[in-house]
Amino acid sequence: MSALPVVVEGLGKRFGATTALDGVSLEVRPAELYGLVGPDGGGKTTLFRILTTLLVPDAGTATVLGRDVVRDLWEIRSRVGYMPGRFSLYGDLSVEENLRFFASVFGTSLEEGYSVIAPIYRQIEPFRDRRAAALSGGMKQKLALSCALVHRPELLLLDEPTTGVDAVSRREFWDLLDELRASGLTIVVSTPYMDEASRCDRVALLQGGRVLAIDAPAAIGSRFPRALFAVRARERAALLAALRAFPHTASAFPFGTTIHYSDARGGMAPAVIAAELRGHLAAFALTDVDVAPVAPGIEDAFIELMGTAGAEAA
Amino acid sequence: MSRKDGGSAHAITVRGLTRRFGSFTAVDDISFDVSAGEVFGFLGANGAGKTTAIKMLIGLLAPSAGEARVAGHDIGTDAERVRQRIGYMSQRFSLYEDLTVRENIALYGGIYGLSDAEIRARGDALLEGLRLAPHADALVRSLPLGWKQKMAFSVAMLHEPAVVFLDEPTGGVDPVTRRQFWELIYAAAARGTTVFVTTHYLDEAEYCDRISIMVDGRIGAIGTPDALKAEFGATTLDDVFVRLVRGAGAAAGA
Repeated sequence: MSALPVVVEGLGKRFGATTALDGVSLEVRPAELYGLVGPDGGGKTTLFRILTTLLVPDAGTATVLGRDVVRDLWEIRSRVGYMPGRFSLYGDLSVEENLRFFASVFGTSLEEGYSVIAPIYRQIEPFRDRRAAALSGGMKQKLALSCALVHRPELLLLDEPTTGVDAVSRREFWDLLDELRASGLTIVVSTPYMDEASRCDRVALLQGGRVLAIDAPAAIGSRFPRALFAVRARERAALLAALRAFPHTASAFPFGTTIHYSDARGGMAPAVIAAELRGHLAAFALTDVDVAPVAPGIEDAFIELMGTAGAEAA
Repeated sequence: MSRKDGGSAHAITVRGLTRRFGSFTAVDDISFDVSAGEVFGFLGANGAGKTTAIKMLIGLLAPSAGEARVAGHDIGTDAERVRQRIGYMSQRFSLYEDLTVRENIALYGGIYGLSDAEIRARGDALLEGLRLAPHADALVRSLPLGWKQKMAFSVAMLHEPAVVFLDEPTGGVDPVTRRQFWELIYAAAARGTTVFVTTHYLDEAEYCDRISIMVDGRIGAIGTPDALKAEFGATTLDDVFVRLVRGAGAAAGA
């Protein structure tokens, strides 16, 4: 029996003609903040539902806290905390009533669980008599996290906890996860947003039910195989067309305020490529052109890995 | 024609726009302009007044004070004309899932008042452009999310609106589809369409020409992404946003 909090091997799950999970294998280490990163349809929610024993896999095995997700479902359920992607509290109950309800379902009480949830619950405690439905997005999220923690779980599973909340609440939420992890709790969290992956110790990139890569966030960017450049001009659509007309283009796509360009030729100094690019772009009606080497990030690596794994759409 | 030619025509002009609900001022005397062909990001914290401001700009809510012109028409006195000249796409609910691709095009074309011939011609061009022709008779429900979102954008552009409003247009899609989506937006902007994007995601805002950030009913900051980062001494728009909103909220508490 494994000491790892989560061990998944060759997990598969189909819904009719749709393959939700296709041979997924991963391991989560104790006190790790582990990210499942990928777009909608990547398989994140299906994986969570299997880990929380709400779905039975078609293929493969999964153990949670050393217990099998099919055989030992009742033990797993009492030892994990789960925050589903959709708001799942009782809107007509108050903040405190929700907490007491979830505590009682797990055979405990708000008082027994208080020390665990205190850092989070204190922020919403002034509103303890307010109906949950009347809370702001950020406060709902903190209440849902408190409800998932009140029975002192050994593993916390969070499915897209930050979708739909603003950047300030999102940052506060990730700060809370840092504190929980520092207290020794193992956390698995999913997000469709690549920029949130950097807050995790390790991430698994999921696409179309398959794992594209597993690594530390910083290491994933370095998997990008070519020199990468951030190219700017005021005329973005024209710049993109000009870059794609360059004979040595491996990839060119919008990336924030810039276009990310990678060169198909290996072994050339970035400065030489940049100079050639500037020369090429000078022939086009572009203003304020700038070409600068840039370190590839997770999103660059994800796009590259999707290309090799087969993209969803043409 | 370049969308950056400094043309004088403003697609959106907002002056002192205000909306009160009882004693609460949701939008408090905001003023800004958006140029024709500009990609403009409209951001704010939850509850900052974004939704109220947009409802006024698309002619669904009357202002308490101030004025705004969208696509050349006054939102207070000419809301019907405003609605005819704009397109709107929200993240997921723009298309009818139980209708086919072609039925959705016919439905929206009809609502926008296009003739049968226009619906056919523009519908065919849409299907061609998105390579959806082989799936014209498939239920929208059966399409991958990325296809749906690109199609929803194209349908919102069917009547060639002067301004198109997009609500979190690329939330949840894969990074490749996301870029295809932004290329559609840039192409529309290069043809002169003004694109008004609302989003919670600052990395999505990075794709806009200019952004504004609403704080407590007011415009807290406005400028290009690079200019805002310079102004706030920040490396990311996320940092700009957090500093701006935390600064304002420090007195009010969490």
